[in-house]
Amino acid sequence: MKDLSLYILDIAMNSVRAGAKHIEIRLEERDAVLTLTVQDDGCGMTPEQVRRLFDPFYTTRKTRSVGLGVPFLQMLARQTGGDVTVASKSAAEYADHGTVVTAVFHTDHIDFIPLGDLTETIVTLVQGSPDVDFVYCHCKPSGSVAMNTAEMRSILGEDIPLDSYEVLGFIRSYLQEQYQQL
Amino acid sequence: MKSLSELAAIREQMKDKVAIRTGSGDVRVVVGMATCGISAGARPVLNTFVEEVAAANLTDKVMVTQTGCIGICQYEPVVEIFEDGKEKTTYVKMTPEKAKRVVEEHLKGGKPVMEYLIGNTKL
Repeated sequence: MKDLSLYILDIAMNSVRAGAKHIEIRLEERDAVLTLTVQDDGCGMTPEQVRRLFDPFYTTRKTRSVGLGVPFLQMLARQTGGDVTVASKSAAEYADHGTVVTAVFHTDHIDFIPLGDLTETIVTLVQGSPDVDFVYCHCKPSGSVAMNTAEMRSILGEDIPLDSYEVLGFIRSYLQEQYQQL
Repeated sequence: MKSLSELAAIREQMKDKVAIRTGSGDVRVVVGMATCGISAGARPVLNTFVEEVAAANLTDKVMVTQTGCIGICQYEPVVEIFEDGKEKTTYVKMTPEKAKRVVEEHLKGGKPVMEYLIGNTKL
């Protein structure tokens, strides 16, 4: 994958597929270290599934026999001297189930890749899952970009879905303008 | 600077349109958005469909949705089009430019773009 925004889209899709209703994507940049956290309240995984998550030849899907999402993210993080950790509570065992994926990157490392278009990643996630509450925050020492779809939904009311063309257009320019100010 | 209050204006503008839209879904455009699709370039393909369907005033009829991996990763980005009473159309190795043509010729004009179909594409 060409840039970090695509990795983030891919990892957040795992949360969507885990049936999450609330997904938080946070990026924190400080002193050449970028920490990405994707937290969800989806079905979670057992300790055994978490362990095998990093194995590219492990997947629960039936359409193909490899699962490269998390291994790709881990490879990228490790290339920059960082790493990926996953903490999860499965729905079978816990009432407060869900998963937290944390990835640390050293942004001054030559193998770090561009951030890419984070706005397009968020718009794509909302388009695909208009009923999920997405919280997005990209914090830098100079300021932050933030968005919360639950807040947007409360203004729009129940009749207008977040994946309406007009609303997606609003979200795109809302984030783009915040990035221009950053 | 954009503020969330603009959403209230969008809500007002859209109030009348919502009723018409609820019957939609005669045509479904489904874009594969698993790891294979995303790394092959599905994100701009999806967003081009969203843009172009709206630009062509087809939002009442055409729904653009996402799906996971359908098992033909080597052909990604894959786009399937489902139409009432017709066989499914599978477009492969899609790009934003090809997506524009599919909206124009297939969704608007009713004629599939033969050269982008899975049966006519070499790997």
